[in-house]
Amino acid sequence: MLTRIGDYFIFLGTLFRNREKMGVYLRLIIDECMSIGVGSIFIVALVNTFIGAVTCVQTAYNLTNPFVPKNIIALIVRDSSILELAPTLSCIVLAGKVGSNIAGELGTMRISEQIDALEVMGINSSSYLILPKVVASVLMFPLLVIMAAFLSILGGYIAGTLAGVISPEEYVSGLRFEYKPFGVTFALIKTVVFAFLVSTISAYQGYNVKGGALEVGTASTSAVTNSCIAIVAADFVLTQVLLT
Amino acid sequence: MIDIKNIAKTFGDRQVLKGIDGCFEPGQTSLIIGGSGTGKSVLLKCMIGLVKPDAGEVIYDGRDFLSGDKDLQKEIRREMGVLFQGSALFDSKTVLDNVRFPLDMLTDQSEEEKLDRAQECLKRVGLENAGDRMPSEISGGMKKRVGIARAIVLNPKYLFCDEPNSGLDPLTSIKIDQLIKEITDEYKVTTVIITHDMNSMMEIGEKIMFLYEGNKLWEGNSDTLTHSNVDELNEFINANKLIREMER
Repeated sequence: MLTRIGDYFIFLGTLFRNREKMGVYLRLIIDECMSIGVGSIFIVALVNTFIGAVTCVQTAYNLTNPFVPKNIIALIVRDSSILELAPTLSCIVLAGKVGSNIAGELGTMRISEQIDALEVMGINSSSYLILPKVVASVLMFPLLVIMAAFLSILGGYIAGTLAGVISPEEYVSGLRFEYKPFGVTFALIKTVVFAFLVSTISAYQGYNVKGGALEVGTASTSAVTNSCIAIVAADFVLTQVLLT
Repeated sequence: MIDIKNIAKTFGDRQVLKGIDGCFEPGQTSLIIGGSGTGKSVLLKCMIGLVKPDAGEVIYDGRDFLSGDKDLQKEIRREMGVLFQGSALFDSKTVLDNVRFPLDMLTDQSEEEKLDRAQECLKRVGLENAGDRMPSEISGGMKKRVGIARAIVLNPKYLFCDEPNSGLDPLTSIKIDQLIKEITDEYKVTTVIITHDMNSMMEIGEKIMFLYEGNKLWEGNSDTLTHSNVDELNEFINANKLIREMER
């Protein structure tokens, strides 16, 4: 376990050494942004809209005390969406989609000697292949999470008003009540850390594949599970550090 | 010229190469032959820097490739062309972009120059009309030819081919061999080929090195291949029915 962690940090070092010309990365980063960012909009939007809707209806179901104002439902949807659901849940979804894709792509390139082909040309394959994915993830995950938080709150609004558990006025008033802007900053900091973890852990798993198709499959699975573990662990640490 | 001196490599408790020496001349197709698991591919990977040998030297025209000088290694690597066993074409790029790739990454040529050179190389391997196709849309033989085009696009001084005929029909194999031989003669390239293919040995084996259990047991050429006193080599080549019949 410790050897693997040590290997991972050595691997991170190789991303930043002997880099190629910046122009090369620029084009690759744009391509990766399209693949990671635009390609993930649908799944992130869908999951977060429904999560917001469910949070609203379940909160309303549990708030039976008539002395608690209904706008608290919107406040709970807002805070849980911004602080936890949008960043953490979206990044777990992205670990499944983007992480497995990165590990599978690099693993296949490894077993089909495409990475060796880059190495013999004198190109730093880890930097060339992985750095654009890491940069694109760090750029695109926060944008996806901003969208996710908005849609989660919107999902709560639609579900709450359609189900009749809260009026539109109460929902909007709840959204404005006791709002702390640092919540958004906190969510974005978390997302950047999660993006780095998902992209580098998945790349590490894929880049170091040895064997054949079976091992590529195993690497993809490990990429997702290890990324999810890293996300929840980092979530706890960041919450402790930034919110207490 | 490439000189290899006392190359040794061990994986775990298995010694794969036990001190291999050899010399590969420019303008000559040199073949490394031997059964599966005798260390041919590991030797090739040691020569091109994909595997670090435990001992030994690889000298490219007087320059020690394994000296640890990263700039020198990079310089020598840029003089190499490598055709991998599975061609190793980049799946996400078209045939033309695959061939252009070394030019894009390693030269400052203009777009027009790079395009011209890539198309010239594709024409050289007979694939001038396949530039827009993806690697998944072309046959195994075509992939090998694209691999050769990519390997020669930077006018390499050293060309390495890892089993260029594996998985190909005999006719396509002969064409690939002829192409490699022509390129070697034309550009005076130092060519090193790993192969099992008897046709290749007989047709383009200007120099042949036979490996057995990590040792070099024999060195010669296609003329002397069938007249050696090495039992292991005779057993290896006599596994081919055609050779047995020729000898009768």
